[in-house]
Amino acid sequence: MLTKRIIPCLDIKEGRTVKGTNFVDLRDAGDPVELGAFYAENGADELVFLDITATIDNRKTLVELVRQVARQVNIPFTVGGGIGSIEDVSALLNAGADKVSINSSAVRRPGLIDELALQFGSQCIIVAIDTRFVDGVDWVHTHGGRNITAIKTIEWAKEVEQRGAGEILLTSMDTDGTKAGFANQLTAEISTNASIPIIASGGAGTMEDFYDIFTLGKADAGLAASIFHFKEIEINALKNYLAKKGIPMRI
Amino acid sequence: MNIAIIKYNAGNVASVMYALDRIGAKYTWTDDEKVIQAADKVIFPGVGEASTAMAYLKEKKLDQLIPTLKQPVLATCIGMQLLCKHSEENNTDCMGVFDVNIIRFQSTALKIPHIGWNSIKAHGENDLMKGLNETEFVYFVHSFYAPVYQDTSAICNYIQPFSAMLQKDNFFAAQFHAEISGKVGQKIIQNFLDL
Repeated sequence: MLTKRIIPCLDIKEGRTVKGTNFVDLRDAGDPVELGAFYAENGADELVFLDITATIDNRKTLVELVRQVARQVNIPFTVGGGIGSIEDVSALLNAGADKVSINSSAVRRPGLIDELALQFGSQCIIVAIDTRFVDGVDWVHTHGGRNITAIKTIEWAKEVEQRGAGEILLTSMDTDGTKAGFANQLTAEISTNASIPIIASGGAGTMEDFYDIFTLGKADAGLAASIFHFKEIEINALKNYLAKKGIPMRI
Repeated sequence: MNIAIIKYNAGNVASVMYALDRIGAKYTWTDDEKVIQAADKVIFPGVGEASTAMAYLKEKKLDQLIPTLKQPVLATCIGMQLLCKHSEENNTDCMGVFDVNIIRFQSTALKIPHIGWNSIKAHGENDLMKGLNETEFVYFVHSFYAPVYQDTSAICNYIQPFSAMLQKDNFFAAQFHAEISGKVGQKIIQNFLDL
C-alpha cells in the first residue's frame, strides 16, 4: 500500500542549517549534510532543503551543498528557495537533487511551471503555495507569506496542476509556527480536487496533528521543521503511532 | 569491476552515480557501443518520457545494442519501460526485451502519478531481493506501468497489482528508484553488482 510520507524541512542559510537543533548526538547540528543523513537513517521518507537567503551569491554554495547531500543521502530530497529559471533547476538537478520547489517565481510567471515540467518532467517539479485566510477567502501569498496576491489558493492549486506541477507543497501561514495543528479543511479541499499529491505544511505540534492531516486533511505527506529538529517528536515514534492508528507508513 | 551507465537523454543520473559511489563501485557514463559491450555490468537508468528517449536511443543505435547485451543489465524506471515491447506513452515502440506492454494508470479514486514509498513483494525468481524481506518498501514515481506477467519478479499494488521488478536471463529491471530507496535500494544495487 502506498504510504503517507513524513518530511522534515531544513532551512538553509549560507550553506548552514538555521533555527538550530538539539540533536546532541550530531557532531555538527548546523551541517545540513549530517542532519539530512541523520534523518534519512531515522525514518524520514524524504527531505526538503529550503534556502532562506536565496541570493545569487549563495547559489554556488547551494549547488555545492546539494552535491554533498546527494552523495550522503539515500532517500529523495527536494531543494527550494529563490528558484526562478530553467538554469537554476538544471544546476540543482545535475548536482543530485531529486526535485525542486518553486514558489514566488511561479506566481510571478506561471508559464515557468509549464517550461520546467516540459524540460525536466513533472515528477521533479513541486509548486509551493503559501496561503493565508483574509476576509473570508484563502489567498496565495508570496515572499515567505509577507505579500498577498489577488489569486485564490483553490484556483491556483488547480492551475499549477494543469500547468504540470508534480506535487503541491501547501503551507498555511495561519497555522505555521502555531503548533496548533495543520490547516486540515483547506488541505482537504485542495487534495480532493487534485490528482497530484499534496504535501501539507504549517502547524504541526503533536502526533495527533499528523493523524488529522492524513485523515481529515487528506494530505499525502506531512512536513514539519522545528518539532523534529528539537526532538519534540521523533520521526520513528511518530510513524509507529500513525501506523497503529491505521495510517499506512513505511516502518 | 567495470560498470557502464548508459548515457542518453532521459533525466539526470547524478543520484545513480552517487548510489554507486556509496557502494564504492567504479563506473563510466557512456553511449559508446564498444565501452558498453566491454563492461561487466550495464546500468540503464532514466527519468523521462518514452518517445523522446527512444528517438535518441535509435539515433545512437543503442536500441540495437541493448537487447543483444550478454552481461547483467539493470534498467530502472523509464529504462525498464523502454526494455518492454511498447509504451502507451505517446504510442512508442520500445526494445522488446520483456514481452509486455506499458500502459497508463487509470483511476478516479487514486492519484496519478503514483508517487511515494510503496511495498513490493518478491514474485517467482528474484535475484536482486536476496537477503531482503519478502516485502520491502521502495520509492516510486510513475504514471505508466507494466502489468504482472511471466517475467515479473516483484509485485507492487497501486490501483491494481503491477510489475515492480522484471527479470529475464541477464536482464533485470525495476520500476522504482533503487538509488533513492534507502537501505533496501542500496541492497538491490549491491545484489546486482554481486551477480
